[in-house]
Amino acid sequence: MATDLRPRTATSTPPGSAPPERPRTGLKDRISRVEVRWSPYLFVAPFFVIFAVFGLFPLVYTAWVSLHDWDITGAGAFVGLDNYVTLFADPDFWNSVHNTLGMLVLATVPQLLMALVLASLLNQKLRGVTFLRMGVLLPIVTSVAAVGIVFSQIFDRDAGMVNGLLGLVNVDAVDWRADKWSSWTAIATMVNWRWTGYNALIYLAAMQAIPKDLYEAATVDGAGRIRQFWSITVPNIRPAIVFTVIMSTIAGMQLFTEPLIFGQGSFAISGGSLRQFQTVSMYMFEKAFRDFDYGYGSAVAWMIFLLITVLGVVNFLITRRSK
Amino acid sequence: MGVRPRRALLATTLLSSLVAASACGGGTADSASGDVTLIVKTFSQFGYDELYKEYEASHPGIKIKEENIGKLGDYTPKLQQWLATGKGAGDVVAIEEGILSQFMAKPDQFVNLLDHGAKELSGNFLPWKWQQASTSDGSKVIGLGTDVGAQGMCYRRDLFEAAGLPTDRDAVGKLWPTWDAYIATGRQFKAKSPDVGFYDSTGGLYLNMLMQSGDHTYYDATNKLVIDSNAAVRSTWDKSIEMVQAGLSADIEQWSPQWNAGFKNGTFATIPCPSWMLGTIEKQAGPENKGKWDVTKVPGNGAVRGGSFLAVPTQSTHQKEAAELAKFLTSAKGQTSAFKAKNNFPSSPQAIDDPAVQDFRNPYFNDAPVGKIFGDSVKALKPVYLGPDNNAIGDRVGNALLAVEQGKLQPGEAWAKAVDDAKRLAK
Repeated sequence: MATDLRPRTATSTPPGSAPPERPRTGLKDRISRVEVRWSPYLFVAPFFVIFAVFGLFPLVYTAWVSLHDWDITGAGAFVGLDNYVTLFADPDFWNSVHNTLGMLVLATVPQLLMALVLASLLNQKLRGVTFLRMGVLLPIVTSVAAVGIVFSQIFDRDAGMVNGLLGLVNVDAVDWRADKWSSWTAIATMVNWRWTGYNALIYLAAMQAIPKDLYEAATVDGAGRIRQFWSITVPNIRPAIVFTVIMSTIAGMQLFTEPLIFGQGSFAISGGSLRQFQTVSMYMFEKAFRDFDYGYGSAVAWMIFLLITVLGVVNFLITRRSK
Repeated sequence: MGVRPRRALLATTLLSSLVAASACGGGTADSASGDVTLIVKTFSQFGYDELYKEYEASHPGIKIKEENIGKLGDYTPKLQQWLATGKGAGDVVAIEEGILSQFMAKPDQFVNLLDHGAKELSGNFLPWKWQQASTSDGSKVIGLGTDVGAQGMCYRRDLFEAAGLPTDRDAVGKLWPTWDAYIATGRQFKAKSPDVGFYDSTGGLYLNMLMQSGDHTYYDATNKLVIDSNAAVRSTWDKSIEMVQAGLSADIEQWSPQWNAGFKNGTFATIPCPSWMLGTIEKQAGPENKGKWDVTKVPGNGAVRGGSFLAVPTQSTHQKEAAELAKFLTSAKGQTSAFKAKNNFPSSPQAIDDPAVQDFRNPYFNDAPVGKIFGDSVKALKPVYLGPDNNAIGDRVGNALLAVEQGKLQPGEAWAKAVDDAKRLAK
């Protein structure tokens, strides 16, 4: 960091000229003091204003709606916690939570492990390394809808590529949408395909900040590549790992587009005939925008928020404790 | 130290003037003329373009603008929102029959068309179509019928031939006077062509049979949920299960990509087709399959799936002009024109008997006399009362049937689940 320590000649008073006329600038001075005091707030204000309008207000308003019997025509009776009481006894809600958590595990764990491996490979001296590094970022540029449509065809029961390959090794065709395990696998595959490269790049950036002499010392001490990876690389990029775990958890809890496109027909929002792959955000959408039970939908939305918060804290504690 | 705050002030000034400037740019130009612009809200395709031009020509000073949303599923929540907030619904709105009952529950949102001379028009509509959009005491009419989803049975001639079945549409129609005969034909078909589905998915057939089975389905006329006490629903369910167990289904969900491809690839041989579905089939099967699909009568005595109304919301600022336009569009002449444009089958007896409809043949479907086939089906119709959550309950029953098709539930379990889901929903 080079800091310019030379005097700013253009604006500071040139030496030898008349002394600054302090008394005359009383008002100006006061304005400039107010400015100094408040302009930093002004600069950070856009974020907070936007957050208040698009983040905080909806959050609070949703909580308010969730305490009412609220349909399309507007506020109905205040029902207190009735919506939450019904929600806790609603098997479809718990089913959707179960599905979401299942797909979260299936999508996050392999994804981050693959990203770690990919990042350490990209951290080597390779031919065309920039090309490869940019290449892993391509899936994230693809639109979710396109990913959903293409993978839905790959996992099609009658004409899908996966069933075709399984057929080559004499495995019976799988009806991917009919079971939990199969639909979760198909959807997790979409998520993994799309996000692995993104996480790999975050890890790669963190890896490049690790001092080279650590590896040199380890090599001198006789540590192999794999030992170096687990004992030097991983501990040194822990903040990046914590970040990706939390981000993946948040994204996983809000999983919506992939399973929606994977589902078929006019009632795709139900996520399969027996709600095999309906996520909790799909359930929220179904209740609020298909059944027009806004109160109930808002209660589901708040439960998603609480779940994410709980999972975030758990993530944070686990990753911090193992430090 | 002295510099930064001043720059900040400059930046803020610049920023705020920028905001002010962009705020000024948002104004809209107002037309100064005295013309009345009527906004018509529709979904899918109503085929009104020619009619608008004609109406504008004969009514100087009236301009018509149609605002269309492709899918009914996207249109419905918007319409509900416009009506609930009292803004945005325009002057004339289209209402589909499956969502009509929820709007009938709030008749104040719509102009009583009887006040605008609709009374003498009742003879221009099939009686049940007129009834559907009238309040029970008959004092208020909120909508005028446009089309009805007259039902036919579409089938693939080449697949029938390969299975040793007749291909001529009259002979095919005679194969299935009843649904039992349809199942028997299906078994015969599967014996010869085991790899082809006799029909696409059981949900569509279930719906068709349900609409033939009585004057109400999941709700009785007092909006009480009767899904488990209405014998007609149960017997339709049982008949559907019989079809699943006979292995007639291709297990392809309607409106899925596989379903779209199935029309082209011939993965199923028959499908009950409301008149508006002919366009879908033609588009999906493509020009190379022209003449392979044909239309004949549906088993049982006709049925209806879908069909719409035009209504004038009270929020319209030109209620009188809007009501006149709605009357024009739903007149026998208007309905005939819409039929010719988009195959939307008329709900006006005069239009149904119009030679332009009666003699209409669809060249894509082997020159099938669709005007006559659908016309006969419509005249055999009895009105069916659909309650408030009809469509949502239908979705759940459809899912239960699908679970049986997938082999994930036994028929008994699936029925219990459907009833349970319906009860939880209607609670």
